[in-house]
Amino acid sequence: MTTLRVAIIDDHAMFRTGVRAEIDGPVYIVGEAEDVDSAVAVIVETKPDVVLLDVHMPGGGGLEVIRRLHLRHPETKFLALSVSDAAEDVIGIIRAGARGYVTKNISGPELLDAIDRVAAGDAVFSPRLAGFVLDAFAGTIEIAQVDEDLDRLTEREREVMRLIARGYAYKEVAKELFISIKTVETHVSSVLRKLQLSSRHELTRWANDRRLI
Amino acid sequence: MTPNPASAAPASAPPATSYRRAYRPADRRLVGGVATGVAEHFGVPVLYVRLVLIVATWFQGVGVIAYLLLWRFLPLQRPDLSPGLESATRRGLRSGRSTGPTEIAQTVALGAVGVGVLLLIQSTGRGINDGLFGPLLVGLVGIAVVWRQVDNVAWSRWMRETRGWAFASRMAAGAGLVAVAAFYSLTKEGGWGAAVNLASALVVAVLGLGLILGPWIARLLGDLSEERRERVRSQERADVAAHLHDSVLQTLALLQKNAGDSAVVATLARRQERELRDWLYGNDEQPGDSFVAALRASAAEVEDAHRVPVEVIAVGDAPLDADVAALARAAREAMVNAAKHAGVDRIDVYAETDGQSAQVFVRDRGVGFDLATIAEDRMGVRGSIVDRVERHGGTATIRSRPGEGTEVALSVPIRSTDTATTEEAPE
Repeated sequence: MTTLRVAIIDDHAMFRTGVRAEIDGPVYIVGEAEDVDSAVAVIVETKPDVVLLDVHMPGGGGLEVIRRLHLRHPETKFLALSVSDAAEDVIGIIRAGARGYVTKNISGPELLDAIDRVAAGDAVFSPRLAGFVLDAFAGTIEIAQVDEDLDRLTEREREVMRLIARGYAYKEVAKELFISIKTVETHVSSVLRKLQLSSRHELTRWANDRRLI
Repeated sequence: MTPNPASAAPASAPPATSYRRAYRPADRRLVGGVATGVAEHFGVPVLYVRLVLIVATWFQGVGVIAYLLLWRFLPLQRPDLSPGLESATRRGLRSGRSTGPTEIAQTVALGAVGVGVLLLIQSTGRGINDGLFGPLLVGLVGIAVVWRQVDNVAWSRWMRETRGWAFASRMAAGAGLVAVAAFYSLTKEGGWGAAVNLASALVVAVLGLGLILGPWIARLLGDLSEERRERVRSQERADVAAHLHDSVLQTLALLQKNAGDSAVVATLARRQERELRDWLYGNDEQPGDSFVAALRASAAEVEDAHRVPVEVIAVGDAPLDADVAALARAAREAMVNAAKHAGVDRIDVYAETDGQSAQVFVRDRGVGFDLATIAEDRMGVRGSIVDRVERHGGTATIRSRPGEGTEVALSVPIRSTDTATTEEAPE
């Protein structure tokens, strides 16, 4: 297996150095950037497999980076990495096209695992993101006019999300539900797809309302 | 933490979210923010709302009248962000959702088509009375200019910005336009006779004054209370900032002192992180406020006392009644147990409230134990966790196996909806 090529995009130099020290070796760090413009330049030039992307950054944040690149370079996979717990921003960056979200206090091995997963085309849901997703899709049950499958989670997907929110790793989820890890990954990817493609206005409204609670 | 007086009040009033109010979003508007506000309220694309307004205008100007009424009666809303997000927005670290050039162009195009059709209808003679059409148009533009000014005053929060020549001249321009409209209609309608003239002049004058000054006066009154609220809020923020300043400095000093002891360093850093995060990203609830707040406070205490990070994920929330409070206390015991006996470096807590029941899962990946061998007199598990929850009509399930960690699943029914249901913990 070839070494994965990774770019680190974050406006804090100290954090970039820390991440580099933790994961350099198992993966190959091809570039770093500290704001939206330099990030776009670095990614276009080095074509990394996976981009570790900070949510808040000068120039419009990680969202703006994905917006500018997603159409031109759909093969680039983004993994959002943040200290911000603002659900609105996290869901926003996932909806823009990031394939996962992890918090910055993640350990080195866990981060490597997440990078592998994202590179393989799977989705990476931290417990926190799973919580946000459950919250975001929670309102749907009472709305009878759900006409698209995209607008709600299946019972199985909800179960998987709940277990992840409870701190279960994918393989523990698989064991708990008597399904294969592959099936868990399929469910998680399907939730990601719904999150990205659902045109539900409730999703945006939920994000709006959330900060007003 | 300061004791929260609200927690002592029995069955505090339900939160004032019984119905949603429509607002005009101050940060995403083109003219008055009416279309955006209405679109958000009903969850439809703003384009549809604009289309409806424009089409309605073709019928005796209903659209414009509706727009003005909504402008007058929908309160302007400033985005209420937590300090961290507010500053991130200000420094351009987030992508704003302000109106983009596409939306402006789209609306202008839409407006142009609307006006075109309106003029077409006018030219066929089926529209608004020809003598009124011109002055109405001029008058409406005037009113829009004045109101937008008044809105801006509220938006920028400072009443003294009602001074200054730019403000005065725009006010004058608006008022002038209204006056021109009034004069125009008066001379046009001259043939109707003196009585009608006088009456319409009076009506126009009173209407004009009302339209111009009415919202302003209302706004000034609103501003006063808004300013008072703002002052309280900024004082609060100053207090918190000072508190954080102290606590961060203190933490840094402690970190330097304890540089050799990695467990202490980690705990200190963790606590500081939690405090900062709560403040920055808006988690400033008091433990007595709600179920989730109580749970978070317990998690923080356990973290501090036992030096194990406790990750709390919550979906939904509930008011802290006796049952739910018991659940929170039981969950706290479960966290303490995990922190004491499991020997792990992380505890996951997941809370879910769905309106019928509140559930908590406390999970660790630690040593685990064999449930059969646990002594009957182990007060921790039986008394403070299982019994406590069962006394309140709930259920407690403990799953553990040596070497595989422990998960405590707790659930109590929420009484306000239905007292009879006792929901089983899943699994």
